This record gives sequence, C-alpha cells and structure tokens, in this order.
Amino acid sequence: MGGLVRLLRAYLRPYAGAVTVVVILLLIQSIANLYLPNLTADIINNGVAKGDVGYIWRTGGVMLALAVVVGILAIVAVYFASGASMALGRDVRRAVFERIQQFSAREMNRFGTPSLITRNTNDVQQVQLFVQLALTLLVIAPIMAIGGVILALREDVTLSAVLIVSVPLMVAVIGTLMIFAVPLFQSMQVKIDRINQVLREQITGVRVIRAFNRRAHEKDRFQTANADLTGTALRVNRMFALALPALMAIMNLSSVAVVWFGGHLIDSGQMPVGNLIAFLAYILQIFFAVMLATMMVIFVPRAAASATRLEEVIRTEPSIADPVDPVEPGSATGTVEFRGVTFGYPGGEKPVLHDLSFELRPGATTAIIGGTGSGKTTLLNLVPRFYDVTGGAVLVNDVDVREQKLDTLWRHIGFVPQQAYLFRGTIADNLRFGNDAATEADLWHALEVAQARDFVAAMPGQLEASIDQGGTNLSGGQRQRLAIARALVKRSPLYLFDDCFSALDAGTDARLRAALKVEAKAATVVIVAQRVSTILHADRIIVLDAGRVVGIGTHRELMSSSEPYREIVESQLGEEAAA
Amino acid sequence: MAQRGVAQRPGGRGFGGPGMFGMGPPPAKTKDVGKTLRQLVARLRPERMAITVSAVLALGSVAFTVIGPKIIGNATNVIFDGVLGRSLPAGITKAQAVAQLRAHGHNQIADLVSGANVVPGHGIDFTLLGQILSLAALVYILSAALSWLLAYIMAGVAQRTVYGMRQDVEAKLARLPLKYFDSHPHGDLLSRVTNDIDNITTTLQQGLTQLLTSTLTIVGVLAVMVWISLLLAVVALVTVPLSILVTLLVARRSQKQFAAQWARTGALNGHVEQMHTGHALVQVFGRRQKAIDEFNQQNQALYEASFRAQFLSGIIQPAMAFLGNLNYVVIAAFGGYRVASGAITLGDVQAFIQYSRQFTMPITQLAGQLNLLQSGLASAERVFEFLDAEEEAPDRAVNSLSLMGEAQGRGQVALEHVSFRYDADKPLITAFSLEAQPGQTIALVGPTGAGKTTIVNLLMRFYEIDGGHIRLDGVDARDLSRDDVRRVFGMVLQDTWLFTGTIRDNIAYGKLGSTTEEIVAAAQAAYVDPFVRTLPDGYDTVLNDDASNISAGQKQLLTIARAFLADRTVLILDEATSSVDTRTEVQIQEAMARLRRGRTSFVIAHRLSTIRNADSIVVIDQGRIVEQGSHAELLARHGFYDTLYHSQFTDALAVAS
Repeated sequence: MGGLVRLLRAYLRPYAGAVTVVVILLLIQSIANLYLPNLTADIINNGVAKGDVGYIWRTGGVMLALAVVVGILAIVAVYFASGASMALGRDVRRAVFERIQQFSAREMNRFGTPSLITRNTNDVQQVQLFVQLALTLLVIAPIMAIGGVILALREDVTLSAVLIVSVPLMVAVIGTLMIFAVPLFQSMQVKIDRINQVLREQITGVRVIRAFNRRAHEKDRFQTANADLTGTALRVNRMFALALPALMAIMNLSSVAVVWFGGHLIDSGQMPVGNLIAFLAYILQIFFAVMLATMMVIFVPRAAASATRLEEVIRTEPSIADPVDPVEPGSATGTVEFRGVTFGYPGGEKPVLHDLSFELRPGATTAIIGGTGSGKTTLLNLVPRFYDVTGGAVLVNDVDVREQKLDTLWRHIGFVPQQAYLFRGTIADNLRFGNDAATEADLWHALEVAQARDFVAAMPGQLEASIDQGGTNLSGGQRQRLAIARALVKRSPLYLFDDCFSALDAGTDARLRAALKVEAKAATVVIVAQRVSTILHADRIIVLDAGRVVGIGTHRELMSSSEPYREIVESQLGEEAAA
Repeated sequence: MAQRGVAQRPGGRGFGGPGMFGMGPPPAKTKDVGKTLRQLVARLRPERMAITVSAVLALGSVAFTVIGPKIIGNATNVIFDGVLGRSLPAGITKAQAVAQLRAHGHNQIADLVSGANVVPGHGIDFTLLGQILSLAALVYILSAALSWLLAYIMAGVAQRTVYGMRQDVEAKLARLPLKYFDSHPHGDLLSRVTNDIDNITTTLQQGLTQLLTSTLTIVGVLAVMVWISLLLAVVALVTVPLSILVTLLVARRSQKQFAAQWARTGALNGHVEQMHTGHALVQVFGRRQKAIDEFNQQNQALYEASFRAQFLSGIIQPAMAFLGNLNYVVIAAFGGYRVASGAITLGDVQAFIQYSRQFTMPITQLAGQLNLLQSGLASAERVFEFLDAEEEAPDRAVNSLSLMGEAQGRGQVALEHVSFRYDADKPLITAFSLEAQPGQTIALVGPTGAGKTTIVNLLMRFYEIDGGHIRLDGVDARDLSRDDVRRVFGMVLQDTWLFTGTIRDNIAYGKLGSTTEEIVAAAQAAYVDPFVRTLPDGYDTVLNDDASNISAGQKQLLTIARAFLADRTVLILDEATSSVDTRTEVQIQEAMARLRRGRTSFVIAHRLSTIRNADSIVVIDQGRIVEQGSHAELLARHGFYDTLYHSQFTDALAVAS
C-alpha cells in the first residue's frame, strides 16, 4: 500500500493539474447527479401536487440541461483521466527501463532478468490500469457517499438518520470484505503461481518424471496445490456471494425505512412528498458509488504489489556508475592489467578470486583455464566492469576501469559472452550491433573469420535473413559463430571470449582460432575455455584453481611447472597425448 | 432496486479480465462454437442439480428484485393519498371533493385526486403503509437471501468444474506421448494449461450467473413496466436503442484503437525483453542510448495508442450515464405530468425511475458479458483441444519384471534390428542392433544428429520403436509396462532438469523415502557434497525457478547424484558431464566406475576423453552403427572414430594450418 502511494505521489506529480481537473469535474458531476433528484422533488412538490404542468416542463428542461452538462463534464474528465493515467504508465515504464539500463551485473543477478522484464511490462500495466480506474470510477465513490450524506442532511435531518446508519453499515461491510478478502486474494495469487509452477515443471521435466517413475508423486503435488487453490478461491467467492447481497439488502431496507419515516414526516407536515422520492433516488446513487468501491478490493492489492516491485527497481542505485572525474585513457591499445585483484560476491563467505596479478599485452592471446567454479568467467567480467573488484585494481588501457567512463571503457572491448544471445532482426542488424557504420564487405569478412560465411551464405536472404528473438532459429554453434562475428565487426583493441567455442566441433574451433590469430593480430585477446585443445597454442595460459593463479606460461612451460595444469590436460587428452 | 449487473458480479479473479475494461487482449475467435459449447455443457453435467437449483433461485431472486420497486411505489401512493386526503375537507366523499375542485376551477388537482385512492380529511393510513412496507422488506430480504444462495452455489459449481478441469489437464499431461511435448512449444502448452484455465474460471464464475440474471432482469423489468403503464414504458425505452447504438458506435471505433494498443504493447514488450536479456551486450556494444531512444519512441507510440483507446472506450460510461439521466428526466417530467393529470399514480412513477435504471444497466453489461463469454469459449476450445490430443498407446504389460524374480533385472539390454523415425518420411534409425551384457559400459559416439539421443529415447520408451525389438533381460520391452521399463534405468540427461525445491528434495527425487544418509552418500559420490556444504543453507538451499542460483556444472552434478540415489540396474548418461570441468569429470568417472560395478551403462559424450575406458564404443552415423569396438581397437582401425578422436585433440591446429 505504502509503495503504491509513494509511486503515485511521485509519478502523478507532473499531471497534478490534470488530476485536479478530473477530481473537480467528478465532484461537480457527482453533485449534479445528486442534485437531479432534488429537482424531481421540486417537480412533485410544486408541479404535481399543485397541478402546475408548466412548472413540470420547465423543471424538466432544467434537468435535461443539467444532464447534458454532466455528460460533457464526464467526457472531459475521461479525457484528462486517460491522459494522466496513460502518461503515468509511460513515465514509470521509462523510469524502470532507464534504471535497468544503468544496472550492473550485480543488480541484474539480484532481480533476475525474467523478473525485471515482468516488472517493466506487466507491473507497469497493473498500476496504469489502477490509476485509470481510480480516476474514472473509484474516486466517485467517496465523493458520492459523502456528497449524498451532505445533501440528504440538507434535505431533512431526521430522514438522514437512515443514511447515517446505512452508509456506515455499507462501509463496514466493504471494510470487512477488504480485511478478509484482500489477504485471500493475495494468497490466491501465490497459489495460482504454485499451480502454474507445478505444471511448468511437469512439462519441462517430463523426461525426468517418467524416468524416475514419479508420476504418483507429481499427481499428489498437483492435487494438493489444486485443492488448496480451489479452497481459497471458494472462500473468496463465497465471501463476495454474501457481501454483495448484504449491501443490496442494506440499501433496499434503507429505502423501506425512508418511506416509513418519511411517511410520518409528511403526515405531520414537516416534509413535502417530493422529497421522499428524491431521497430514494439519493440512496440509489450512493449505492452505485459504494458498489464501485468494492472493486477496490480486487484492484488495490494487485496494484499495490506491482507498485512495490516497481519501486524496488526504481530505488535501486546501480552499484557501478560513471566516475565523477573520468580519466580518458591516453591510447587505446588494449592492454589489461590485474593488480592484486581480489573479488567476492556480496554475501559470499569466501572471495571468488584471490590476489590476482598479471598483465595482458596487445598482439598476444591469453587463455584462462580452470575447473568448474575456479573463477574464470568472474575474472573476465571484471574487465568490462560488470562487477567491481573488492580489492586491488583492474586497468584497461593503463587506466583503472573505475576511473573511466563506462562507455569509453566499453568502446574498446569486443565481447562474446558464454550465452550467445542474438536479437530479433536480420543477420546484418545483429552484426552491426556494435558498429553501425560497417559495410557489407566488413560483415562478410567478419563472418569469414568466424567460420560463419558458409552457413550465412546458404540462408535465404543471406545477410538479410531474419533471426528470431534470442536466435532460437539457429543452432548453438551457429549462434556462437555469429556472436563472435558480431564482436569482430566492432573492431576493438581488446577481445574477450567467454567459453564461446564450446558448441563448435573441433575442426571449426581450430580454423576459427587460426583465422582469429591473423584478424586480431594487433589486439589483446583473452579466451576463457574448458577444452584444452582450444587454448593449447595460446601465447600465454593462466591456470586458475579455486580463484588463485596456479600457473602462468605457455603450454610447454606449464606442463613441466604446473601440476594442476598437467592434471587438466591429462584428464582431457590422456597421458600419452600430454607427454 | 438491485442493479444486478454490479451487484451480482462475484469477486472472482479477472475483474480486469478480457472485455471488462478493454484492457485485455482482443478475445480470440472460437473455431467451432457449437462443439466447444457442447463439451462445456458436458463438463457441467455433474453439476446439473446445482445449476437447476441456481436457475430457480435466479428466477426467484430476480422476480423479488423486480417486484420490490412496485411495492415501494404502492407505499408512496399510500403516502401521497394521505397527503391529498388531508388537504381535502373531512366528511365528504372523493367524488364530492373532485366535483368541488372542478367547481373552483382546479381542474388539474381534480384530475390528480380522481386518479388517487383518497379519503377526504384522512391522512396517511399507517396501518396499510406498515403492511406494504413489511411486505417490501420481506421481499427484499428474500431477494438478497436468494441471490446469496445463488452466488454461493454457483461459486461451488464454477470452482468444482475448474478443479476437475485442472485435474484432467494434469492427468492428460501424464498420458501424452513425449512426442507431444517435443513437437509443441512449451510456452503454448503452458498457456493452455494455465492462462486458458484461469480464463475459463473467470467466465464460469462471473459470466454464467451474470448472463442469466441480466437476461432475466431485462425480461422481468420490461414486463412490469409494460404492466404498470405501456405509454411510460415506451417513453422509458426510447433511450435503449440509443444506448445500444452509442455502445456499438464507440465499441467499433475503440476496438481499432485497442488492436493498435495491443500491437504497440507487444512491440514494446519485445524490445524490453530483448534489451534486458541481452543487458551486458547492450552495455559493452555501446547500445544503451540507442536502446533507450528506441524504447522512448515505442513507449510514446504506446502512450498515444492507449490514450486513444482508453479515452474512446471511457466515453461509453459517461454516455451511458447521460442516457440514464436523460431517461430519468423524461420519466420524472413526463411521469409528473401524467400524475398531475391523474392518469398514473406517483408511486408508479417512482417505481419507473428505479426500473429504468435497472433496465439500462444490464443491457450495457450484456455486451461485456458476451465478450467475456466469447473469450472464455476460445480458451475452453484450446483446453479441449489439448484434452483431445492423441494419447500414448496403453501399456500391454503382459509381462512384469517382478515376475522374473528380480525387481530390476540383471541389466542385459539388447536392441534387435530396431528402426525408428520421428517424421514419417525421414527414417532415422534403421536396422540397429546392439547388445549390452550385464555390467558392461557401452559408449555411443558420433556427430550431431547421428541418433545417439534417439537411442536413449527408445530405451526409456519415451518414443516407441517402429520395428525390431528392445529386450531387457530377454523380455520384449513392449510387453512390459512403461513404468517397469523405466524402473530398470537410471538416467542423467544433458538438459539438467531440477525442480523448485531444496537440494535435498531434488536429490531425493531419485528414490522415494530416501534417508538423509543416502542423500549425502549420493552427493558425495557425485562430488557435489563439498559444494553443497559451502552454501549457507546446505542441503536445504532452495533452488529457484530456473535454478539460476547454481552453475550448470553443479546442476549436472546434482542430477548425477539423483541418478546415483535411484540405484538402477542400467545407467544412461547422455552428455551427463558436459558442463563439468574435466578434472571433476575424471573423479566422477571413478565414482561411477565403482557404482557401475555390476551395472550396465550407456554413455553418450561429446568429449571422447570421457568414454575411452568403455567396454565397447559404438560409433553411430546417420542412425547406423559404423564402427564398434574398444578404444584401442577403434584407433587401430584408423576409421571414423580415429578421425573424430584426433580432430578433437592433438591435431586440432593441424586442421587449420
């Protein structure tokens, strides 16, 4: 709830004018709507009861004019309400998107990409929908309820006593409903998610479930979740089943009471008969407003949950940002230096990398090898400053990465991640991702080096062949090669390859590396790999073990000097090959 | 005075559902409405008693609701009569009073009095008023009670029906062949079993009752209005075609805008999804500003489209309110005039005012409810389509492993002239014969697409062979139940599937009721125990939805531990250690060697180093066995395997030069 209020306060501010207009218009509209029964009373008291037909038509004309004015005001109100709520949606969406663009890998991991996507899309939509409804329907409820009571009091204090009993009674019913139904709605959402999760697992894990004969277990799991959800849904619905007729009964019995007491007032001459009719109309108006308010029960919890999730994103300061006084590197040669680098993930007990020091020079290929969890990818991620070191420093182009503008740092890096992600569009669009100015010849050249020329040439449309989101219409090996080509088109003095040869067969792998050696002659090249064959001929190999450097040198040197390296080689190539 | 449309909307999910506020996607078209309706009705058959009772309740509740204003109107008449009566001198008859009034030139009032039930000189008859109001109160209480019962019963009907549907959908998942899962996008499948079912819930919960009560209300109110005064009814109904016209006009226009809004939303969401998924790439490739620019442009376009859509659809509400007010004014003025001329009583006009409101509301809501129904039917069709999908052939189970003395057999596996194809016109496996003796390790190697994983699919009976036999300890696998077949195998796949739950539960998945000791022992054997112990919650660490909180290699180790725990006679390892580093792999190999003692194993591995020590290496190409033998034998043959092996290792660079 607090999150929703804060979010609305912040993002509705630019539209405060529009919102004020809407509220004023709704106020006028409500008062006019409540005033109509008043005129009916006049018609009856002054026209009908006195037999003045002319008065009846005159007042009817006034009522008609009033209805027209109310209609126009309402349309104007919808115009401003739609404008304000959609603009709020747009602004929040943009704020979330821009904030995520600033996030570093740490924040991305903390939230998780799927969650951030949901927040940026669905959650914004929930809040937007809520504001739209609030500004058109929900705001009317309190205005009508309060306005109705005030007008009723003005009309006749004694009769208003009925409203003074029934309106709080209705509010109490809705309040009770909110108190009990809102938590149930929330728990229902959790249970729906649970069911969907079980089903998702049954679909994605179908082989494992069948292989382990766990059908009965899955069935139980599902049935429990299903029964649980059904029970809660039934409770919520039966609550509404009781609450809505209860509200109806309160209203209708109020009418009965009004007629009874009104009859006495009229009989004793304290009230003209037309006011009774007006009163009944008030009750109807107020009842409508109250019914609209019950929708709050459904929309508020959803919007509040979404708002909290949005606020979390917007309020998260990126842990990595441009320095205040950025240093521009003198030259972009692509040198990389690790000076006593230590790194630990937040919350992790032990650091992932311990006191790493080495220097990478242009024109040389450095390979990083080590076991699962030895810290290879982490080490690579420190170079483009996806994470900040916890000790020591990483220098690129002889300047600490923390002192450079991020865009400057990134401009000099050609990066190929472990997961070869491609964007929807053509192959050419993807290849030009880092370099819009690249010519077609440049693209073909990069494809040639990446050993992707043949399959791209064979695709319908070639460079214009379209790629699905994520590149799912290509094989893993094809994606990897396009991701490599994409990095090459960017032409950087520093290339980082994060285990991106894994889906290539050995021959392609070897040809690619040979071509790369020529292509990136002058650049600094860092290759993280699992396969020894991929890195065998690197100029220098850094062996990582549990976050420490346990060997630096060529294959030949390491075979004699580094026991861990020898073990890795032997585990892959066998003793005879390693010898 | 109940406005059924609003009052009767049970508070299920989906208040913002399709059609309600035009925020949902445009309702999909149902291909065969008749068939879907029949299927839906068939589903509701077990509830026919409850539905019949509900229909009666709805009828009663609507009848009471409709009659209520008329009774209150009568009460108003009693009051008005009293007012008129008091204004006349006592002791004369009504006729005399009228005559007197006319004599004094008060023709209007004379008309009024002549139309009323007046006793000159007498005030309000409170006995009569009390009786009428008691009746009104009773009617209203009954109406509320009936609609409560109705909603209560219908909530049960909807929930039980949907519960049953969910159960059926889940049971169906278990009966579908693997082929179905492999050939349908998971997203679509999931959407059918989740979103579509949710949508049906909403429809059943709100749509049916509302549709029923709205229609009944319209009919009932119409009848009472005509009964009271045909002329006034005609006047009151003038605005109805007008409101339908307005709704249609606006809806047609706003539909286009909604389509535009949804197209824009889709485009923008696609952009958001891509930019967030490729976050690191966007940053390093210097695309942040471009990503933001494109976002802003699409965001602005979405804003404009949704503003138009919301404004246009938002007009309906005020337009209806205006027509409602118009109606009110016409009835008040014209009704007043008629009362004044004594043609109708004041109470009837007052009842009319309420009826006209009761009438327009359900009419405008019918459109929304029909929309909801339409979208619910489309969902129902998709779910029924799924439920009608072809199922796995039932087990023949003429034989059982347990009948053979050993629950899991000895582990002899034989494939005899097996043939198989996924697509009818593309034979994949042809005349494939292979025999594994108990305790042997058989490695399957070959290029991508050679059919290695297909062999696993066939062994596990995930897919059924087209020809030949697979025999387990001499028994044809097709004569066994699928469960029995799978009880023979322990399986570790390349695709490391773990479910949301603790590490302990995930390992324990391999064996029902396993003890902590067994779980830890399995974890130790798979070399995952030290890693698990570094986690803050150890074995109770909860793996999240996509298990992204542990690495791919660690996931593989967990699936290996799970298979260890299952302790089956035959092990199938399909690229089981592809994400594990080679040194750990060697250690696992050793552990597996211990575990494999006495067990038959099938190993598929891309890395040939993994399978060097297999008893027999089977080289597969294009669904056929091209070579078979031990590592040394195959190398000596200088054939397919030899080339494959050397291309992976020592000659890697030679190829390039």
